[in-house]
Amino acid sequence: MKNNKILIVDDELSVRNSLSEWFLEDGFKVETAESGEVALQKMHGGPYDLILLDIKMPGMDGITLQKRIKEIDTEVVIIIMTAYASVETAVEALKLGAFDYVAKPFDPDDLSRLVRNALKQKDLADENVQLKEKISELSGMDDIIGSSDGMKRVFEMVDTVAETDSTVLIRGESGTGKELVARAIHSHSKRRYFPIVAVNCGAIPETLLESELFGHEKGAFTGAQYRRKGKIELANGGTLFLDEIGDISFKMQVDLLRVLENKRFNRIGGAEEVQVDFRLICATNKNLEKLVEEEKFREDLYYRINVFTIFIPPLRERRSDIHDLAEYFIQKYARSMSKPIKKISTAARELLLSYNWPGNVRELENAIERAMVVGKKPEIIVEDLPLHLNGKVRSSDNLIKLDDLEKNHIEKILEKAGGNITRAASLLGIDRVTLYNKIKKYGLKR
Amino acid sequence: MNQKIYLAFIDNHFPPFWRNLPRDLNRCFPSTFQAIELSINLKLFYSVERNQYHSTLILAQVLKQLPRDGDKIIGVTNVDIYIPILTFLFGEAQLGGKGALVSTYRLNNRFYGLPSDEDLLYQRVLKEILHELGHTLGLIHCQDFECVMNSSTYVENIDLKHARFCTHCEMALEIGQA
Repeated sequence: MKNNKILIVDDELSVRNSLSEWFLEDGFKVETAESGEVALQKMHGGPYDLILLDIKMPGMDGITLQKRIKEIDTEVVIIIMTAYASVETAVEALKLGAFDYVAKPFDPDDLSRLVRNALKQKDLADENVQLKEKISELSGMDDIIGSSDGMKRVFEMVDTVAETDSTVLIRGESGTGKELVARAIHSHSKRRYFPIVAVNCGAIPETLLESELFGHEKGAFTGAQYRRKGKIELANGGTLFLDEIGDISFKMQVDLLRVLENKRFNRIGGAEEVQVDFRLICATNKNLEKLVEEEKFREDLYYRINVFTIFIPPLRERRSDIHDLAEYFIQKYARSMSKPIKKISTAARELLLSYNWPGNVRELENAIERAMVVGKKPEIIVEDLPLHLNGKVRSSDNLIKLDDLEKNHIEKILEKAGGNITRAASLLGIDRVTLYNKIKKYGLKR
Repeated sequence: MNQKIYLAFIDNHFPPFWRNLPRDLNRCFPSTFQAIELSINLKLFYSVERNQYHSTLILAQVLKQLPRDGDKIIGVTNVDIYIPILTFLFGEAQLGGKGALVSTYRLNNRFYGLPSDEDLLYQRVLKEILHELGHTLGLIHCQDFECVMNSSTYVENIDLKHARFCTHCEMALEIGQA
């Protein structure tokens, strides 16, 4: 609180002097003004943290001065002082944004507390602005790397959907960065100052998932010693990100659907209904349409979550991004490991470009991290990369096998056809039996 | 630097049990403290409206009577003092100046309807004199709640703090005196 700057505006010299002394002894920087006109002149030499303003002064009165001051500095905290307290003027002053309204003379303790609270509130407001700026700085899409057409489409879709409150379904293979996209949507949405709560539904056993999502009351089950808020409640105001949504049980689908429809739920063992407001983003690498067909995923839930779909292409379909991604991860690990490796050799880069990346970006990141651990300056060489990369390339002599090409293409078409064999066969220009045989041969999932 | 500080008890307001004040103050702040009596016509500074005495005007009178060999003078009175903007004061000082005024009116338990406690009153007077002296030496309020320079807006605040400067304030004083 020390070194805060205060302006005292009062036409009475004794008030100005005594308040000055009081605040000087508290370590404040104090300036005084005997009229509204002088105060306005002094405002240009500000900024002040706090202005104590007499409401009744010859010339410009306190209420008018307060308006003028707020035009110059919207952030300054104003406390109105008066010898003639009236409810009307107090209400007007507060409506115009005064922090408080006090009648002269003040009790020293009241004055002390009032000023302390006013400045604390201002500090919090300043800190809030700084934190929001910081969040905005940190919440860009910088962590999602890619300039391929596929990724450009992803960025466009993120921009389009972020500002709306729509439910988003992010689809893509494992390791393509679905959570990063979910976080980018959240950080560009109006909910960005509230939390994004991520739950990996596939990683939590069904028995625990219910408690994880809905929370529980004390004594709800053996071991529930305390009341615990669930992830849904924690996401209030923000975004709930349910990863691997295709993996949740049928019962959980029913419970989840109810929350999505009513935005209300009960903690396990709780009678009280909890109201929540969140945006839902789901992600999956499963073929939800097929799961619906097989009655393993509720159709009503499918339609509830499949409002706006973003498909993240696998890395092998956006090879032009591999170089940028590799550079990004090299920079990232060079910083965190304090290693002076800044680039990658041409041969190593070619190796990365020729590999199929079944584990997508996550696999590429792991490969670079491994190379950064074992590599020596000035650059990553082929030998630094994981052996399976080298092996794969050597066996294929830097070329993709026809079988791999066919397998990938069929996989892609099956995905596009939503697992519908007849449609996929038609798109591929082959009959259904041939497609069945190829699915069997390559061990593909329908 | 050893300073000569006069403790001016206004209108013979000097109970016998305060005779050790100069000695005890010297232990807290190494300077020469000397008690004197001061006669001021306090009625001139009385406000009928507030039933209180104007502190700043009394302090001006106290300052006029600073002996030539004195560096500072601290007036002590038993009347209730005020400045226009505040309902009451325990004391007033010139920040970095030569004079201060301490009122014992609200330091006395009897003001709060409690039985008189001479020891407690003595401790409060000692702390308030030291506090205002600190201001005349250029010290501002200290955040350390045990330091005598901690701001006191009600009497229990004074009881919480000790009759000594904290290390930070002591260091500031040495700089100030250099």
